[in-house]
Amino acid sequence: MLNYALRRIFMACLLTLFVSFLTYGLIFTAGDPAAAIAGSAGTAADAENIREIYGFDDPLVIQYLRWVGNVLQGDLGNSLYFGQPVSELIMSRFAVTAQVGIVALVFAMLVAVPLGVAAGRWPNSLIDRTALFIAVVGQAMPSFWFALLLIILFSITFPILPSSGLDTWKHFVLPVLVLGYFSMPAIMRLTRSGMISALETDYIRTARAMGLSERRVLFDYALRNAALPLISLSSAQFGFMLAGSVVVESVFAIPGAGRLAWESIGRADLPTVQALVLCFSLFYVLLTLLADILNAALDPRMRMK
Amino acid sequence: MQMKWISGLLAATALATPALADKASNSLNAAFGNEVATLDNYMGTGREALVLARLLYDGLVSKNHETGEFMPELASSYELVSDTEIDFVIRDDVKFHNGQTLTADDVVYTLNTVSKPEFGARYQIAVNWIEKAEKMDGNTVRLTMKKPYPMALEMLAGNLPIYPAEYYEKVGSQGMSANPVGTGPYRLVSQTQGAEFTFEKFDDYYSGGQKSDAQIETLKFRILPEQNTQYAELLSGGLDWIWRVPEDDVARLASRPGVKVESAPVMRFAYLAMNPRRPDTPLADPLVRQAINHAINKSAIRDNLVGPNYALIDSACNPLQYGCTTDVTTYEYDPEKARALLEEAGYGDGFGISLVMSDASAQTQAQAIASDLGKVGIDLEVNMLAYAAASDQWRNNERDMEFTNWGSYGIGDVGMSVAAFFSGTGDDAVHDPEVIELVSEAISTVDQERRKELYAEALKLIAERAYWVPLWTFAMNTAMAEDLSLLVSPDEFVPFWDATWN
Repeated sequence: MLNYALRRIFMACLLTLFVSFLTYGLIFTAGDPAAAIAGSAGTAADAENIREIYGFDDPLVIQYLRWVGNVLQGDLGNSLYFGQPVSELIMSRFAVTAQVGIVALVFAMLVAVPLGVAAGRWPNSLIDRTALFIAVVGQAMPSFWFALLLIILFSITFPILPSSGLDTWKHFVLPVLVLGYFSMPAIMRLTRSGMISALETDYIRTARAMGLSERRVLFDYALRNAALPLISLSSAQFGFMLAGSVVVESVFAIPGAGRLAWESIGRADLPTVQALVLCFSLFYVLLTLLADILNAALDPRMRMK
Repeated sequence: MQMKWISGLLAATALATPALADKASNSLNAAFGNEVATLDNYMGTGREALVLARLLYDGLVSKNHETGEFMPELASSYELVSDTEIDFVIRDDVKFHNGQTLTADDVVYTLNTVSKPEFGARYQIAVNWIEKAEKMDGNTVRLTMKKPYPMALEMLAGNLPIYPAEYYEKVGSQGMSANPVGTGPYRLVSQTQGAEFTFEKFDDYYSGGQKSDAQIETLKFRILPEQNTQYAELLSGGLDWIWRVPEDDVARLASRPGVKVESAPVMRFAYLAMNPRRPDTPLADPLVRQAINHAINKSAIRDNLVGPNYALIDSACNPLQYGCTTDVTTYEYDPEKARALLEEAGYGDGFGISLVMSDASAQTQAQAIASDLGKVGIDLEVNMLAYAAASDQWRNNERDMEFTNWGSYGIGDVGMSVAAFFSGTGDDAVHDPEVIELVSEAISTVDQERRKELYAEALKLIAERAYWVPLWTFAMNTAMAEDLSLLVSPDEFVPFWDATWN
């Protein structure tokens, strides 16, 4: 078990390094980073000046190793755009993204799991069709359009909710709705199929024969088994939430990590992009590890391996 | 019953006037679409950051946009001692936001510090002409230029704010951005980076400057990257002012109750630049370039795709700029003549060229241009790329044409437009020795009349040889609450200190 974990971590580190280097190189292929930093009002001379200051003329590998060297000493550098230390910048942005992300995931699960259980218990019924409909609409509808629709409905036509920022609990409603709705379909469908296959098993029939209440059968027996793949899915969804949705953050003017990542790429803010890629990789590694451990804890069969 | 209820609600929202609360509290809520990187004026590259910097800091002089004169600001008077020296008498009644008094030492420190290359000011053109600043007696500072620089006062008016020496030395650029201290009419009260900035009127601001007597007590700026969200906030009263409203949305917004949209001319202009130096390019022939000018129906494109307030131009500058002569060769829309010229040049069968651009909102205009050129046999390939990639390709001579616009840093002088693109620098795609000679002399001539003459000659040549297709000047659309009075200046900056609630 320990060997397995160590190997997994080692592979993850290699992958992170590779992705990190690729990202660094890609920014250079996307144009002249010095011009991006100087901005569209800058002259060729301004760009040249910036190129010298930040050493963009050095070979790519040298620049990258310079950055790696700093990171290993704990220095993530300063944002080329903000001039502030990258670590402070991304911590404040992640704090915001995490807030919205956690609430959205909880919301998604609170709606999707019960719906999925009901849909699995009574397949092909009205409730199943409704749940499926919600799932299809959720997967097909662009979140950008949905967000704007909600703003028109709840901020302009019936002005009961604010359309941007995160000052009060009211500000959370619309972004959480949009973000949560996006991840609901997968959760619900997985729960539904998990429930259907669990409910067909012999031990469920035995439990029913023993006279257990429907509620106990559904939640204590069937859902427990259907939940296992849900854990892996949720960890992936949470990783996605932590990366932040650029769309939701742009539309609702939330200063989160997703928007920061997207805008930093456009601005060729290399230290910030690199730090963010590092963080995202770290999140995914940790979350998948956590999911595996949770799986092992909940399912004795996994522990046997 | 239900219908009455619904229509009642709708009617209620129609009646609700946005921003009444802000008027009552004498505050202004504005939004920007782009982020503000830093409040250190010398390190910011976005227009929005510089707009906020004008609230916080003052310069030695400031430009009166109506008369074109340079009015005293932190300097109560100035004297052009020689071609390369200006003496400034510094006011003695100016306070910084932290209570300290402005002295000549602060002026000397700021100008000397920001002009050093190691300082890394983002826009070198604002600072690299300064040789040194030294304190003469009492409150007089002498500024020495490296060589005669005719736009010295222009730069000092807004692009060279004075910092408190002791404070900036201690906290540096980051500290200044986190807690700015300046002499400006507003001081920063709070900021959440990437989200919002709140300013309050600085009560100890001196009187007699162009920014004095600010009316509005509190200014709050939020960053809303999505245009539609800005509209939503404006319509629901959360915002009182937004700018950069696309022409397409103007009618829609103006029709809503409580909202008005105003348009103001700014220094920015759009143009098509041609590269005559690529190997075997048809654009090396002036007849071809003239043909391209004749082939494009600027008027129709402007009327249908751009906006009524965008004025057509024929010279490579904005007529608002000093030195921009409009007395140049013009090319009327005449596709027949274009064809004839191409035939004469030996390109009767047409040819293919590629164009690069980075302004996504101008894509339909580019398509229209391509369509016009197609009608005379020129196959134009339009490439829409991010700014960094587009400028990279253009500066490396990988494209034949560039469709872009230039703001001249808001400066009303052709020294910031013509000189930027025709003086043989990395932004000069043409490298015409005659033009370069004229422009180079103009760059270092302090005699304003002589400069005007030289630029006029250069502009005539540029138009004659059709290096560009000058298109139109920009008009900035701002949408705001009906009761608000605030106009964007021609330099594309916003004088919030002049804003009033009616």
